[in-house]
Amino acid sequence: MTNDFRLYLLILAGSTYLIRAIPFALLQKKITNRYVRSFLFYIPFTVLAAMTVPAAFYATGHIVSAVVGLLIGCLVAIKGKGLTVVAAVSCASALAVELLYTVLI
Amino acid sequence: MSAFVRGMKKGIPIGVGYLSVSFTFGIMAIAYGFDWWQAVIISMTTLTSAGQLAGIGIMVIPGQYIEMLISQLTINLRYSFMSVSLSQKTSSEFRGIKRWLLGFFMTDEIFAVASDEEEVTSVFFVGLSIMPFLGWTFGTLLGSLLGNILPSAIMNALCLAIYGMFVAIVAPRARSSKAILTVVLFAAALHSLFYYLPFLKTVSSGIAISISAIVSAVFGAVAFPIREQEDGV
Repeated sequence: MTNDFRLYLLILAGSTYLIRAIPFALLQKKITNRYVRSFLFYIPFTVLAAMTVPAAFYATGHIVSAVVGLLIGCLVAIKGKGLTVVAAVSCASALAVELLYTVLI
Repeated sequence: MSAFVRGMKKGIPIGVGYLSVSFTFGIMAIAYGFDWWQAVIISMTTLTSAGQLAGIGIMVIPGQYIEMLISQLTINLRYSFMSVSLSQKTSSEFRGIKRWLLGFFMTDEIFAVASDEEEVTSVFFVGLSIMPFLGWTFGTLLGSLLGNILPSAIMNALCLAIYGMFVAIVAPRARSSKAILTVVLFAAALHSLFYYLPFLKTVSSGIAISISAIVSAVFGAVAFPIREQEDGV
């Protein structure tokens, strides 16, 4: 998939760069439309939610370990822990469940 | 302490966080059938989590270029807003070619830390970007090389790291705002329909994520338009 890879990479990296750089380099004024601002405000959250549910349930070997990991991650995140801690706790919880599975079955 | 060193220090925790998350990206890329160098090039040139994850999912199927573009534009639209926002806080020398070059580093976390500054100089922004970039690159390298030799239980568990990061961004905000919580649940439910229902299941993942996210954000904008002071993004 060499040719495909080059073209895909160009689209992936190019679009990501341009969407960051164009507004940064060109726009000086603030967007004032309340609904456009609201849409832009919610977009990061809806993207992350759609990417996580339900794909994350199947990210590990068993749905149980994934769900347990995500739920415990949620709790830790709500307690105010940062990105690294939440990611680590999610993985550790999922690993604990995975190991339990291996022992029991 | 110079602005450069001060920025670099502020970038260290971001870099460590990225190291662990991109480690997972490296593992996932190998699992999808990519070579280690392809995973590393993707990370070095793209520098984003959600977009890369969706991107490799699309890349394994040949010829879906339009889909790749649409999904990347949707997933990364938030960066435009961050760029607009930060462009209001930059010092007078931080313009022109400097903005074209440094705009590349506008990630969620770099943006968040930079926004915390009274005024953002280009030197500070360069310093701030170094550790996250290195963390993201080397994490991907390590994950794609070492992923294979790890036991499967550990590999499985590590695949949750990237989603753990998403949860870390969304959960606290959903907890403090009913509007965000509602919109997030709406998006999750909508994408689940695409995932499970017989006909909708045939819609490919990049498009399904894009449609779910856009429809949910439009719903949020109409149902709960933000007030000025809420707009901390």
